[in-house]
Amino acid sequence: MSAILDVASWVLLLAGGLFVFIGGVGALRMPNFYTRIHAASLTDSMGSILIIVGIMLQAGFSLATVKLLAILGFLLLTGPTATYALANAALLSGMKPDADGVKEQDRANS
Amino acid sequence: MIIVFALFLLTLLVLTAIAVVRTENLFVAVMLMAIFSLLMAANFFILDAADVALTEAAVGAGVTTVIFLGALALTVERERSRRAGRGLALGVVSVIVLVLIYATFDKPRLGDPEAPVHQHVAPWYLEQTPELIGIPNVVTAVLGSFRGYDTLGEVFVVLAACIGVLFILGTAPPSHRAPKDSGETGLRHHLVPQVVGRLLIPFIILFGLYVQFHGEYGPGGGFQAGAIIATGLILHALLEGETAALRSIPRSFLLGMVAGGAMLYTLVGVAGIALGGNFLDYSVLAEDPVKGQQIGILAIEAGVGVTVCGALLSIFHAFAARD
Repeated sequence: MSAILDVASWVLLLAGGLFVFIGGVGALRMPNFYTRIHAASLTDSMGSILIIVGIMLQAGFSLATVKLLAILGFLLLTGPTATYALANAALLSGMKPDADGVKEQDRANS
Repeated sequence: MIIVFALFLLTLLVLTAIAVVRTENLFVAVMLMAIFSLLMAANFFILDAADVALTEAAVGAGVTTVIFLGALALTVERERSRRAGRGLALGVVSVIVLVLIYATFDKPRLGDPEAPVHQHVAPWYLEQTPELIGIPNVVTAVLGSFRGYDTLGEVFVVLAACIGVLFILGTAPPSHRAPKDSGETGLRHHLVPQVVGRLLIPFIILFGLYVQFHGEYGPGGGFQAGAIIATGLILHALLEGETAALRSIPRSFLLGMVAGGAMLYTLVGVAGIALGGNFLDYSVLAEDPVKGQQIGILAIEAGVGVTVCGALLSIFHAFAARD
């Protein structure tokens, strides 16, 4: 039983790590601001869910799991809100979403 | 394994520090400082200093960033580059770095049980805390009771810092006397941050109270709790606007918190004298000396929390009022 839990939690942790890594690469490599925060938001949502559920499997039924659940709820609320606020602030400061991704408008602001 | 992680974090710390120095955009520098504090907090945690880690995360990464951003709103975003005097600065810094590196050769190995710092009073604290004070968290026992004078001094440093900032920023410049907006500031019209923020503020404050009153059993205490509660109230001020926040907690009340917390701490000390003990000797506060110690620590931690929370909020409002 514990071996199955171990394997499951490692699969979740590695998958979460992969999502965070993809988010990081995307945040560096994407052509403009909006696509970048789109990539980075992967880290907030998918990455944190997978990693924290992975740690919860390691913790078992204990107080730590409850705390992890609270942290997960906090991250799931704040992460997307932060991304929204960032995109909103960028839009209000006059940075237009550019579907073609040809013009690098964020260069001037970075 | 942990050493690899620690080295990784320290490397990131150095990279962040270099980036802070290199960048000319002050906004970026503030964000990098927040990252620096968070990495530092993780480092403290690796060194098993959970209390310090909590303080660093709450104050360094949380409140300080907000106050820096408030200060940044008063000035320009770009650093003016100064070329003059760089050679001299480089020379001074290199000499200091060489001296520091030389000094580290005398340092004991990390975690060495034979190190002088582990031979002096630390074993006594570890042995006597369960007996004299009866709480599991030795850090709180040392901070609140054994080294109560030091903590009293720290509280008065916070008080003095707050007074200093208010002296510099407290009075609005004549042209800005009248508040330029009547209530409709903040993020009222931004629905998502508004809703999520309102949802989170009670939980942030609840967590702050948990950290405050759980300080005897786990990492936490007045400094961390004050910073966390201040963060929640600053979030409220950002969402609802400056005027609404000051209407719910007026400035005079915040100043009362700053002075009152320090006063509470001092009064606990004086109560020790009045009941026949020494200044800041909590053993006489109750029949049972151990119980008295616990009551005393609870009271002074409350004083610390109130002062820190009031000071941080006063400083935040002082910056925000200048915009």
